[in-house]
Amino acid sequence: MLTATNDFVVKFANVNGSGSASANELFAKAILRMGVPVGPRNIFPSNIQGLPTWYEVRVSEAGFLGRRGGVDLMVAMNPQTWAADVAEVEADGYLLYDATKPLPASAFRPDIHVIGMPLSGLCAKHYNDPRQRQLLKNVLYLGGLSYLLGVEPEVIEQLLGEQYQGKPQLAEPNVQAFRLGRDWAAANLAPIGLHVQRADRVGDRIFVDGNTAAGLGCVYGGATVCAWYPITPSTSVAEAFEKYCRKFRTTPEGEKKYAIVQAEDEIASIGMVVGAGWNGARAFTATSGPGVSLMTEFLGLAHFAEIPATIINVQRGGPSTGMPTRTQQADVLSCAYASHGDTKHVLLFPEDPAEAFEFSALALDLADRLQTPVFVMLDLDIGMNQRLCRPFEWQESRHYDRGKVMSVDDLEAGKPFGRYRDVDGDGIPWRTWPGTHPQRGAFFTRGTSKNADAGYSERGPDYVQNMERLLRKFVTARAMVPQPVVKPGPRPGRYGILYYGSTSPAMDEAAQMLEAVGFPIDLMRIRAFPFPESVRDFVRQHERVYLIEQNRDAQLRTLLVNEFELDPADLHPVLHYDGTPITARYIADRIRASFAADHVEERAA
Amino acid sequence: MTYIAKPKLHHPSLQKNAVGFTRRDYEGRVSTLCAGCGHDSISAAIIQACWELDIEPHRVAKLSGIGCSSKTPDYFLGQSHGFNTVHGRMPSVLTGAQLANRELLYFGVSGDGDSASIGLGQFAHLMRRGVNMVYLVENNGVYGLTKGQFSATADAGSKGKKGAVNTDNPIDLVSLALLLGASFVARSFSGDKAQLVPLIKAAMLHRGATFIDVISPCVAFNNHAGSTRSYDYVRAHNEAVNRLDVIEGREPIEAEQPAEGGVTEVTLHDGSTLRLRSTGPDYDPRDRLEAMNFIAHHQAQGELVTGLLYINPEAQTYHQHLGTVATPLNKLGTRELCPGPAALAKINATLR
Repeated sequence: MLTATNDFVVKFANVNGSGSASANELFAKAILRMGVPVGPRNIFPSNIQGLPTWYEVRVSEAGFLGRRGGVDLMVAMNPQTWAADVAEVEADGYLLYDATKPLPASAFRPDIHVIGMPLSGLCAKHYNDPRQRQLLKNVLYLGGLSYLLGVEPEVIEQLLGEQYQGKPQLAEPNVQAFRLGRDWAAANLAPIGLHVQRADRVGDRIFVDGNTAAGLGCVYGGATVCAWYPITPSTSVAEAFEKYCRKFRTTPEGEKKYAIVQAEDEIASIGMVVGAGWNGARAFTATSGPGVSLMTEFLGLAHFAEIPATIINVQRGGPSTGMPTRTQQADVLSCAYASHGDTKHVLLFPEDPAEAFEFSALALDLADRLQTPVFVMLDLDIGMNQRLCRPFEWQESRHYDRGKVMSVDDLEAGKPFGRYRDVDGDGIPWRTWPGTHPQRGAFFTRGTSKNADAGYSERGPDYVQNMERLLRKFVTARAMVPQPVVKPGPRPGRYGILYYGSTSPAMDEAAQMLEAVGFPIDLMRIRAFPFPESVRDFVRQHERVYLIEQNRDAQLRTLLVNEFELDPADLHPVLHYDGTPITARYIADRIRASFAADHVEERAA
Repeated sequence: MTYIAKPKLHHPSLQKNAVGFTRRDYEGRVSTLCAGCGHDSISAAIIQACWELDIEPHRVAKLSGIGCSSKTPDYFLGQSHGFNTVHGRMPSVLTGAQLANRELLYFGVSGDGDSASIGLGQFAHLMRRGVNMVYLVENNGVYGLTKGQFSATADAGSKGKKGAVNTDNPIDLVSLALLLGASFVARSFSGDKAQLVPLIKAAMLHRGATFIDVISPCVAFNNHAGSTRSYDYVRAHNEAVNRLDVIEGREPIEAEQPAEGGVTEVTLHDGSTLRLRSTGPDYDPRDRLEAMNFIAHHQAQGELVTGLLYINPEAQTYHQHLGTVATPLNKLGTRELCPGPAALAKINATLR
């Protein structure tokens, strides 16, 4: 019998639209309230009702919040996926199912522990309304689980009270159903080998999804214009922005210090962002890969015309109809080099909601300071899953840095102005906003075909000079973006791992797995493009460097090889791209296998 | 050559308007369009209108898409910020700009290729949102910069320069703008300055989505027999529904001419009055359905109706729809926008 305390994986297999999501989330939250970190993930279909959906909860007192790989307890509530769900359970693991109708022995595995609860039967007996029978079945298994795993019932009942605050007609039947399930389990079952025990490992951390964090980051970062088009998995960014704006940016008279436009498409969204940015407002859009594809012409214009724009890209599996509800890091190249002509864009790679908040606010600053589009490269795994992370922080003294904008006083004082002159040597020119001064500072904005004073010019030298300055600006950006985070191994290592974004929590656990079997490794988490020099140094300082990515073509590797002129052989890709979030075991297994292959080579040599 | 700016020397006797600018202050760089291009006449009309309206040049933002017409914002209002954006997508940029700063006047210049083909979608949504701006299409029925392809406004049956006949049905932007909710819709002809200048003035005084379609013959590719956008054709088939006088609100009321037969007066938001001398039988530009009917009726007879075709002086703007503050959003700073650390601590507390 598999035994573990505060260190296991529970997976719920449900049918979407059946009301399972809130019950499952409650399960995760209850464990959190007991002071034990959890990392839950929704694996859901692009559908409203009737298709399979899963909710996987990593319970980890050690604080590993990524997917581990494997399932210790499966709550199998979906006949459609029964066989695959049963097959996924670890040997000696557990399966909880609705035993109202008996199933033949062939439906199970002899090497797992099967726990039956007559969930439908209990519901049918206690409830008349078919909808109630359906919804409360989920709460019933929650009751059973709380007994089997030792989750404190008081915690769940309190959470139910919070969830249905002010709605006693809903709270009451939910609490009753919870008790019904728990009492039935106590009378008929015994606790299993997996156990939740109260701990104190959550601290002041918060539990939130990345899209909410990004939307809030845009409020704090001073965005006043949000133009967007609905697309999974990014929609909730704009919704969060609106929710927090309504709360914090509405005057007592009901007037809004923000404008949100649901545009006609992504082209219009980015066009509005560019128009607002040109005119001195902080503006952003939230989208996903297909939206970025549509935006590329404008992104090129914004790059060349040097207009601030912030793009929150919540990545998903491509292409247009591809895998909208699955996660990937597959837009790295399409964003880094988006558009025609010689373009490069700033990318930020947050690892969790805390960084999604920080980087969204930072992106608005960077876009202004660098006068260029800046991408916040979220993905569905971070964006749409609640994650335990450090609380949001904001310094009282922090002020928005609007970059090099000439004021009416500057112009009045006769400060010389040429829109594309590199007066400070950092490649970043000064700009003016429309309407600043009656006689000075006006210019005509175009992509290229211009000289340093924004006059029309098709001269080759003018074009080249401008393009060289844009390159200098990109070098300047290296020092302005978030620098990589290095976690050295216990001993100075020959081996290094580069990773970024949502791979982070699985990587943490994988590093520990590798260390436990004698493979100490140095980690570097890349947080932005353009890459600082320290990334190249890390690659050079290690005999072998692995690069973990969630796409097929090792896109960040291509970018590293291209930008640093590295030998591709110096970067060994470990790639995971089936649409589900990468697991710690996957990373550790691949790297172990690679080590093993090396040793075979060494012996043969 | 547009990189050669016009000399800044002004004759001291040039007449100044109420805000101290001469007509020259509203000019731009030297046009690079073909000699005789209708677009240059429109630029001149815009210059005249802005000067007469006493608008400080820097209070205007000019935006355009791509095409011959979209080059023209460089040729007027040289002391205004301008933005030559993306083909067919100027409406979205203008919308974003308007959201950022509601205090400026937004002048969008586009062409029939830019607005009726690639940009038809954005044109439609700009009009239906009621974005406060003047949107002027310099309509010649032809792609000039790429040398002579038919545009989507070219009439079925019209002939290209090399004899090709257009078989596709035309898009009438005026009818479309009316359908989509524009609150000021007019059509004019680049060769009729007396009609065009007052129309532009009225458009700039109107608050709401304002559309002017200006037939502007292309001398290079669409000014030959068989073209329905040639100077000769337009002159022969132009039916003006009205003539317009714009009386700005700040002028003393005594300056107005007494009302006469066939005159409709329309008062705008800022108190200005539009006096429409109708040349058609009892044409009322406040009746949207009548306007649509009237345009379609004349179109069927091969006639272009010009003048102020529709106005809703009570129109709401996009900012009013959105309920934004009176202060331009681009003037709000950290203090006005950032909820601060105390509010964040409260948010954190709800997420535990």
